[in-house]
Amino acid sequence: MVMWRALVQRELQLLGRQKADWLNPLVFFLLVLSLFPLGIGPEPGMLKQIAPGLVWIAALLSVLLSAERLFKDDYRFGVIEQLVAGRQGLFSYVTAKICCHWLSTGVPLVLVSPLIAVLLGLDWQSWQVLVVTLLLGTPVLSLLSVLGAALTMAADKGGILQALIILPLYIPLLIFASGAMEAAATALPYTGQLAVLLAFLLFALALVPLAVRQALRMNVG
Amino acid sequence: MWGSMFRWLDPYAKPETLYHLCGRLLPYLMVLAVFTLLLGNIWGLAFSPADYQQGDSYRIIYIHVPSAIWSMGAYSSMAIAAFIGLVWQIRVAQWAVLAIAPIGAVYTAIALFTGAAWGKPMWGTWWVWDARLTSELVLLFLYLGVIALSGAFSEAARGIKVASLLAIVGVVNLPIIHFSVEWWNTLHQGATITKFAKPSIDPSMLWPLLISILGFALLLAALTCLRLRSQILIFEQHRPWVRQLLDSKADSTQKEQN
Repeated sequence: MVMWRALVQRELQLLGRQKADWLNPLVFFLLVLSLFPLGIGPEPGMLKQIAPGLVWIAALLSVLLSAERLFKDDYRFGVIEQLVAGRQGLFSYVTAKICCHWLSTGVPLVLVSPLIAVLLGLDWQSWQVLVVTLLLGTPVLSLLSVLGAALTMAADKGGILQALIILPLYIPLLIFASGAMEAAATALPYTGQLAVLLAFLLFALALVPLAVRQALRMNVG
Repeated sequence: MWGSMFRWLDPYAKPETLYHLCGRLLPYLMVLAVFTLLLGNIWGLAFSPADYQQGDSYRIIYIHVPSAIWSMGAYSSMAIAAFIGLVWQIRVAQWAVLAIAPIGAVYTAIALFTGAAWGKPMWGTWWVWDARLTSELVLLFLYLGVIALSGAFSEAARGIKVASLLAIVGVVNLPIIHFSVEWWNTLHQGATITKFAKPSIDPSMLWPLLISILGFALLLAALTCLRLRSQILIFEQHRPWVRQLLDSKADSTQKEQN
């Protein structure tokens, strides 16, 4: 626990110093969202109808891209090698990384969601559902993106490869998150979709850190 | 108990033994595969009766269903090989992952293509965003991801290990994806054959279908043997036994030429 706290502190310190790591994905998210009205047309009715899909596609792309360089520096400087060789602390490192990644990418998305609601013309109810889906869904996005970053850590080709292997795994999340928002927009019950999102979150929380640890070991070993 | 149960498999973890085993199995599998595929397809395409609703265009089932079944079967066998390769650190199992992946990807592509060709006359469109079509498409993406990841490392052995892990992650995710898209949207007809119910197909159509399914399975096995053999040679090329094998092959071709 002491180690975990130290690792989280270190991560937060690094994020505080390298503000681009969490600011750029946020700007990217808003930029992608503003591209859609420009490309599709600004009619409020249409925007409202496609808003759930737009928000979620923009969110998963920005979270995915933000994770790309997550392990690169630690790998280059030998931090991960030390943790693997040390036989303990790797798991704490993985969970600290995931927590801080969510804090630096998922939470900002929730914080700017009122702005999204204004941009896309969402009403009060839809905004509330958007916040709940973001709160339940972005941790899963973070978990899977971290897995992608861990798998491709030592690969010669990063970037697009990581997107290629992780995007298919996002599909269930995209379906249920935008499904919940669509149901809310048409005044249908949406607790079912939210429950499924929560189930995804718990399932991913249980398994993904183990897979990330294994992936890091393989990339080093 | 598990240890002693699978002890007889131990020798085949040795690349050389497995190479020769695959070489012995290959001709039998290939001949059987060609025979059953010809039998199943000719029977199905030419001699089985036409469907009362779909006419002759249903006949693509004899290619579509077997390739769809074994696109998933190949993924499961790939994931099992990946699991064995990672847990017990058996290299030949890891190479098998690499051997199966492209075959599975091609099966998936065949299933998608024949599905589109079947969809055109039946649904009036090449593609619909239906649950089964979508999950088959995602399966293709998962295969391509495994193949891309395995080739992305300068050290090939590491790439295979990482790709094996991805294959296992994918197999955990596949049912989730499957049921998600099922709930999302469905237009596809129900399964023709299930374990739990009487098949919704006449025996005169069922038999060629079952033979075709067997044929695709045998073809999968034969191609896996073929590809696994070349994988073994590639990864073991620095070993003396591969050198000897290649030298003797070269000698015999030289003698034939003289």
